[in-house]
Amino acid sequence: MQSRSHSFKENAREAIADPNIQAAMAKMKVGFTGKRLAAAARLPEFEALRDAARDIKNHSLANLDFYLERYEAKVLETGGQVHWAPTAADARKAILDICERAGAKTVTKGKSMISEEIALNDHLEEAGMTVVETDLGEYIIQLRKEPPSHIIAPAVHVSKEQVEADFRAQHQHLPAERSLSEPTDLVNEARQILRQRYLDADVGITGANFLIAETGTSIIVTNEGNGDLTQSLPKIHIVIASIEKVVPNLEDASTILRVLARSATGQEFSAYTTLSTGPRRAEDPDGPEEYHVILLDNGRSSMLGSEFQDMLRCIRCGACMNHCPVYHAVGGHSYGWVYPGPMGAVLTPNLIGVEEAGHLPNASTFCGRCESVCPVRIPLPKMMRHWREREFERHLTPKSVRHGLGVWAFMARRPALYHRLTGLGIRALAALGRRRGRFTSLPLAGGWTKYRDLPAPQGKTFQQLWAEKQKNGRAAK
Amino acid sequence: MSKPEPRVGLFVTCLVDLFRPSVGFAAVKLLEAAGCRVEVPELQTCCGQPAYNSGDKADTRAIALQVIEAFRDFDYVVAPSGSCAAMIKKHYPELFEKEPEQLAKAEELSARTFELISFLTDVMQLSDVEAAFPQTVTYHDSCSGLRELGVRDQPRKLLSSVNALSLVELSDADICCGFGGTFCVKYPDISNIMVTSKTGSIESTGAQTLLAGDLGCLMNMAGKLQRSGSDIQVRHVAEVLADMTDTPAIGAAEGDTRNGGN
Repeated sequence: MQSRSHSFKENAREAIADPNIQAAMAKMKVGFTGKRLAAAARLPEFEALRDAARDIKNHSLANLDFYLERYEAKVLETGGQVHWAPTAADARKAILDICERAGAKTVTKGKSMISEEIALNDHLEEAGMTVVETDLGEYIIQLRKEPPSHIIAPAVHVSKEQVEADFRAQHQHLPAERSLSEPTDLVNEARQILRQRYLDADVGITGANFLIAETGTSIIVTNEGNGDLTQSLPKIHIVIASIEKVVPNLEDASTILRVLARSATGQEFSAYTTLSTGPRRAEDPDGPEEYHVILLDNGRSSMLGSEFQDMLRCIRCGACMNHCPVYHAVGGHSYGWVYPGPMGAVLTPNLIGVEEAGHLPNASTFCGRCESVCPVRIPLPKMMRHWREREFERHLTPKSVRHGLGVWAFMARRPALYHRLTGLGIRALAALGRRRGRFTSLPLAGGWTKYRDLPAPQGKTFQQLWAEKQKNGRAAK
Repeated sequence: MSKPEPRVGLFVTCLVDLFRPSVGFAAVKLLEAAGCRVEVPELQTCCGQPAYNSGDKADTRAIALQVIEAFRDFDYVVAPSGSCAAMIKKHYPELFEKEPEQLAKAEELSARTFELISFLTDVMQLSDVEAAFPQTVTYHDSCSGLRELGVRDQPRKLLSSVNALSLVELSDADICCGFGGTFCVKYPDISNIMVTSKTGSIESTGAQTLLAGDLGCLMNMAGKLQRSGSDIQVRHVAEVLADMTDTPAIGAAEGDTRNGGN
C-alpha cells in the first residue's frame, strides 16, 4: 500500500474537519474502553495473565528460529506447504503463483492486516482475479476502495448511513425499495451476497493470530465465522502470517487468547476461534485439498535484537488505538499506512522507514494510556522515543526544532546564565501581560496561541524571589 | 525527642520558576508544615524533558548529571509536578543503562525523588491540611503522575480535608489534556481537539475551579478555557492545599483575586 504517512499533519487536518470521522471517533472512544475495563474487572487474574502473555511472547521471540523451524516441520508433516517470504514482493509472488497454478478466478479473504501490508488485493486483481473480502468491515471498505482505519474494526470510521448508501450503489440487482435502515438489514444483505462468493471461490486466504510450533496449526479469531467459510470451502487454503506470530504450543495460545478478546472488544472470547492444521485428511468431512502457509518477514527479523524487539510481542488487539487520544482526534487513515495508533507509530517506521513515517512516533503526548492497556505490556511510549532518538542522531529532526532545542539546552546546562536571562525575559513578559493576565497572541508562540491563550507569568522568577527571601531572612536576623 | 527534620531539596520545575512562582511557595509552605526543612539549589534549571522527548540524549544526560549533582546532599527531592518527578525518578536511570557508576547515582537520586502531593501523604504521612476553599472544584489527573507514579488518590485525600471545598469528578479525569510538552506546539491542531474535549467535560461538571498537579497541563487547560470565554478558574492543587489562593488564578487578570469568597 502506498504510504501517506509523510503527510500526517495534512491528513490529520482533513480528518479533524470531517464530521463523519469525528462522530465515529466520539462513539468508539467510549465504546471500546468501557467494554475492556468491564471485562478486565470481571477476571481477577487479568493482570497476571498479561504478564504471562508477555513472557510467552518474549520466550517465543528469543527462540524464534527454533520455533519457526519446528512449526515448518509440523506443517510439512501434516501435508501442508510453507513458503518463506523475506519481502512483501516475495509473499505476493508466492500467493499469485499458487492462485495461477490453480487457475483461480475468485479468491475469498478473511481479514488479514498482513495482506494489507503487502497490498495483496491490488496484485491479484491486476492478474485478473476477483478478490472478495468476507469480513463485514473489510467488505465495506473494499466497496469504498479505502484502506482499513483500525486493525480490528477496519470500517470504524464509516457510519451506518454511509454503508447503506454504498450497498445501494453496489448491489443494484437487489430491489431498490428494500429497507436497510437497521444494522441487521445491512449484515443480512452482506451475508446474502457473500454466501455465493464463498461457493464460487477457488482459493481462500486467511491471516493468523497464532502459529503453533508444536502442531503446525494456525489459529484465527473472528466474530462473524467468515474465516471458517473462507478456509474450508475452496480447494486451496492459503494462510498468510508474519514470523512473530509463532508460539510454542496450544496452551500458550490459550493463555494469550484469554487477554486478546478482552483487550480488543471486551469479549471474554471471540465468537469463533478457528484452528486449522494441514489440508483435508481422508476422514475429514470437509476442508481444502491444499494448505499453504506464507511466512512473511518484511523487516521484522531486523527488529530482533534492536530496541524495537518488544514491538514484535504485539498480538494486534487494537487496545492501544482504542485508548489513544491522538487516534481519537484524527482517526486511523491519518497515519497514512496500514497500522495506525500507537502500535503503528512504533511498527510503521520499522517497516517503511522513519524518513517516511517520522511524524507517527512524534505525534504523541506520551500520555502512556496505550502502554497501560497493552495485553503484552509493550512499552510503546519508550519505543516512540527511541524513534525520536534515531531521528535526532540522523539529523532528521526538523531544523527549527533542533535549533530551538540547541539554544534552550545550551542555557539549561548553564544555571547562572539561565537564571540571569530567564529572570530578565520573564520580567519583560510579565510586564506586558500582567494587567490582562494572559496573551491572545505573542511572537514565536503561534503554535500555542492559535487555539488558546497563554497565561502571563507572575513577575519575578521563583529563583529570584527565593533569593530575595533568603537575603531578607538573613538581614532580619 | 522528635525526629530530625528531613532535608528536602525543592525541584522547582522550569514552568513554576518562570510562570508561577506562587506554586513553588505553596510547595515550600506545605513541606514545612509537614515537618521538612526546605532548600532550593540554585544549580537547577530544568529536568531535561524537552530534550529527552525530542530524542536529544546527549543534552538530556548533561542536564541529568547536573541535577544529580545539585541534589546530591538532600534526604529527599520533591517537585510540584508528576511529569518532572517522573523524569527524574523513572527516566534518569534509563539514560545511564550502560554506565554503572552514573547509573548508581541516578538510581540513588530516583529513590529519593517524589512528586509533591504523594510525598506529603505517602512519605510524610500527612492526612489533612489547614486550608479553606469554599468552592466546587474538579480535578484532572496529569498523565505522568497518574501512570508513571501512581498519583491519584493522594490529592483527593488531602482535598477532602480542605474546609468548605467540594470535589466533583471529571468524567475523563485520566485522559490526556493534549499538552504533551512540545507536542502542543508541534501538532497544534491535534492538541486543540484534545484540549477542547477536556475543557468540554470540565465545563459540564459545573465546577468553579479546576485543579491539577502539573503546571504545563494547567496552562494548556486554562488557556483553552479562557479562549472559549469560560470563567472557570484554574489553579495548581498545591495552592489550594497550602491555603494560598489570594493570587490571581492561572491566566487571570491583575486584581482578579476572587477565591473562596466568590
